[in-house]
Amino acid sequence: MNFDFSDAQKALKKQTRDLLRQVCDLTVPRRVLEGEEPYADEVWKALVDMESPGIAIPEQYGGLGFGYLELCVVAEELGRSLAPTPFSSSVYLATEAILLAGTDEQKQQYLPKLAKGEIVGTFALSEGSGALSEEKLACAFADGALRGAKTPVPDGDVADFAVVVARDGDADGASLALVDLTADGVERTTVATLDPTRSHARVAFDGAAAQRLGAAGEGWKLKDRVFDRAAVLFAMEQLGGSDACLAMATDYAKGRYAFGRPIGSFQAIKHKLADMYIKNELARANDYYGAWALSTDADELALAAAAARVASTEAYHYAAKENIQTHGGIGFTWESDCHLFYRRSKLLSLNLGSARVWKDRLVTALEAQHAA
Amino acid sequence: MDFNDTPEQAAFRAEVRTWLAANAEAKTGSKRSLNRRIDSDRGLEMAKQWQQKKADAGYACMHFPKEYGGQGAPIIHTVIYEQEEAKYDVPTGFFSIGLGMCAPTMMAYASEEQKQRHVPPMVRGEEVWCQLFSEPGAGSDLAGLRTRAERDGDEWVVNGQKVWTSGAHYSDYGILVTRHDPTLPKHKGLTYFFLDMRSPGVEVRPIKQISGASDFNEVYFTNVRIPDSQRLGEVGAGWQVSLTTLMNERLAVGGAPPPDAADLLALARGVELEGRPALEDPATRARIAEWYVEAAGLTHIRSRSMTALARGETPGPESSIAKVVSAPKLQEVSSYGADLLDMAGILTDPQQTLSDALFQSGYLYAPGLRIAGGTDEILRNIIAERVLGLPGDIRVDRDKPFNEIPSGS
Ligand SMILES: Cc1cc2nc3c(=O)[nH]c(=O)nc-3n(C[C@H](O)[C@H](O)[C@H](O)COP(=O)(O)OP(=O)(O)OC[C@H]3O[C@@H](n4cnc5c(N)ncnc54)[C@H](O)[C@@H]3O)c2cc1C
Repeated sequence: MNFDFSDAQKALKKQTRDLLRQVCDLTVPRRVLEGEEPYADEVWKALVDMESPGIAIPEQYGGLGFGYLELCVVAEELGRSLAPTPFSSSVYLATEAILLAGTDEQKQQYLPKLAKGEIVGTFALSEGSGALSEEKLACAFADGALRGAKTPVPDGDVADFAVVVARDGDADGASLALVDLTADGVERTTVATLDPTRSHARVAFDGAAAQRLGAAGEGWKLKDRVFDRAAVLFAMEQLGGSDACLAMATDYAKGRYAFGRPIGSFQAIKHKLADMYIKNELARANDYYGAWALSTDADELALAAAAARVASTEAYHYAAKENIQTHGGIGFTWESDCHLFYRRSKLLSLNLGSARVWKDRLVTALEAQHAA
Repeated sequence: MDFNDTPEQAAFRAEVRTWLAANAEAKTGSKRSLNRRIDSDRGLEMAKQWQQKKADAGYACMHFPKEYGGQGAPIIHTVIYEQEEAKYDVPTGFFSIGLGMCAPTMMAYASEEQKQRHVPPMVRGEEVWCQLFSEPGAGSDLAGLRTRAERDGDEWVVNGQKVWTSGAHYSDYGILVTRHDPTLPKHKGLTYFFLDMRSPGVEVRPIKQISGASDFNEVYFTNVRIPDSQRLGEVGAGWQVSLTTLMNERLAVGGAPPPDAADLLALARGVELEGRPALEDPATRARIAEWYVEAAGLTHIRSRSMTALARGETPGPESSIAKVVSAPKLQEVSSYGADLLDMAGILTDPQQTLSDALFQSGYLYAPGLRIAGGTDEILRNIIAERVLGLPGDIRVDRDKPFNEIPSGS
């Protein structure tokens, strides 16, 4: 049994962490929160210089050709630093969709540029309030063109292209479609969200030229497979964030005095922090197992990914809110960094669909494993 | 048991209903009005007008004695009035600290002349009051405060800093706890005052909350002179006077702001999950049921408190659980409401999301409610020690001279 990352993977993790410490301390997400930039360009450039976006892209398509364990360790560090970049949209979603469903030509067209960070991609599913079903998709793909609107689309205002889940006019069901977001027939409007450090947009298509990605009518299933893969990577980011909250809260509890004692000496606070640790470690174990399943494309991936996602969402929700609580009044201020994590935790928990959706997927995967 | 009013209460309620119907606008079902942003000048102006109107009609603080602007009515009249007013879209929130905490403290400790001068303008909404208790180093541990008051003839000279002072930026007066002697044990060296917020040397700086709004402030005191006549209680009795204020704070804590189970129900009716209304989803129904039970429990506890009040008795200890139940519930209901909207649950523009972004704004203000007026942890300590009679923490700070207590700095 060897359930651990290799020395090289650990070195990559440390390298990423050191880099992010340098270029992305918490003043950077704060700057994006308070300013007009959609993301921190210098952080994105630094990640691109490290060739991080191409970590899991095979060498034949211009990537580094490492595996998903390497991508996972980077994701954990991105989550810890709250890096405000389009990394998750471009790497976990758009790149994965093309790797999974693209023709060789499509891969040649997109992957080298994605690997080098020359273009940014995203993935568009949501059409507004509620959880979609394939039958209720309104956005439509027909005769090489898209019509309809998607919102919120992560990085929809900055991405160069999107993978869109759309009803297919020429098939039974949904297909994925690749669309150039800078072309005619695309209108994008930035939307306000709980976490302005990650830009989102409403993207409307009025006959925008698009090409199918993957087989006609297979879009919904492909979306599920992309989401299984992305779920592990999102869970790693969530884990990094909840670890950061635990570190912040523990540190504060040691230094803050009330009643002549550090507040960390009160069992109400001790148990709170211990609970945070317990949730984080359960999440970490599920996430690392998910990382293994992703890196080996194991049969268990659907179950492992959902478990990672559910555990990490729960851990980050708890850690982010109880970090504020541990800080008392100061934690409720704009000036404190607590709310940066509180905002990000909710955003990440919804970006790929809410916990209730993932719990459902988890039990569905479990049912399949325990077929009656 | 009988949930009906007595004939006398029913007659009063009918009278209140008629007056409210003629003078205010009922809340409509579809758009439940949010707590008005209390930092808006217009909101304050509207609230003052409403309070004035209410006072003119004799409905403001009815249980206060007549000479201090009330009606000398039984407290159940105030409760009935508030129940009825809650159905109307009227600006509230600016006066709750003054009327709920400052006025009772003044009535207990101020001179007759001061009571007649200060309480009626509070009741009429003409003068707004704030509570200058918490400090950077003293929140849960209020008696750890450091703001110094030094006697100089008939006056006191105050230096120090308060923090989280809600409404200080629009308040006319404040109640203030200070330390007059740092060599005494912490609870013994405190002295309590009220002061004019426009006194020279008082500086109010707004603090931004996580939502971006600024409802509370830092307040700095630089050689602020307060006449000894504005001292409430004896020199060194500041702690006992503070307890009077805090006891009233606990009574003043009413229902939490929305969203609640009812808002979640309305949302679940309007939103689809995987092609069918969320309200048909058994898991969603289960969550709504759980939060309904908590909310209903608190409502019925309030009914029991009302019964006690109507009989002139003190409400039982169960009323102390209200905030520790409702504040975390608000946070979880808000978070779950956003989950029902799924990926669009992150949208904060009321135009672009169902329920006017009620759940998203709830998500951002709930953390404050879990801290303000006693944190979740402190409230549990109080229940454990004062209600259940469990032994208190072993204290390292109680009997030492204040200036020898470890403070970590
Ligand atoms: C929205 C808002 C409005 C406010 N308005 C006012 C106001 O108008 N006037 C005013 O004077 N104050 C006001 N406050 C201040 C409020 O009373 C304090 O923030 C609160 O009492 C907590 O104190 P603190 O912030 O210093 O946190 P701390 O006391 O430092 O607490 C930090 C953490 O330690 C925990 N802790 C502390 N002691 C213990 C213990 N013995 N056992 C277990 N856990 C413990 C707390 O629960 C908390 O989790 C307001 C606060 C907020 C958030």
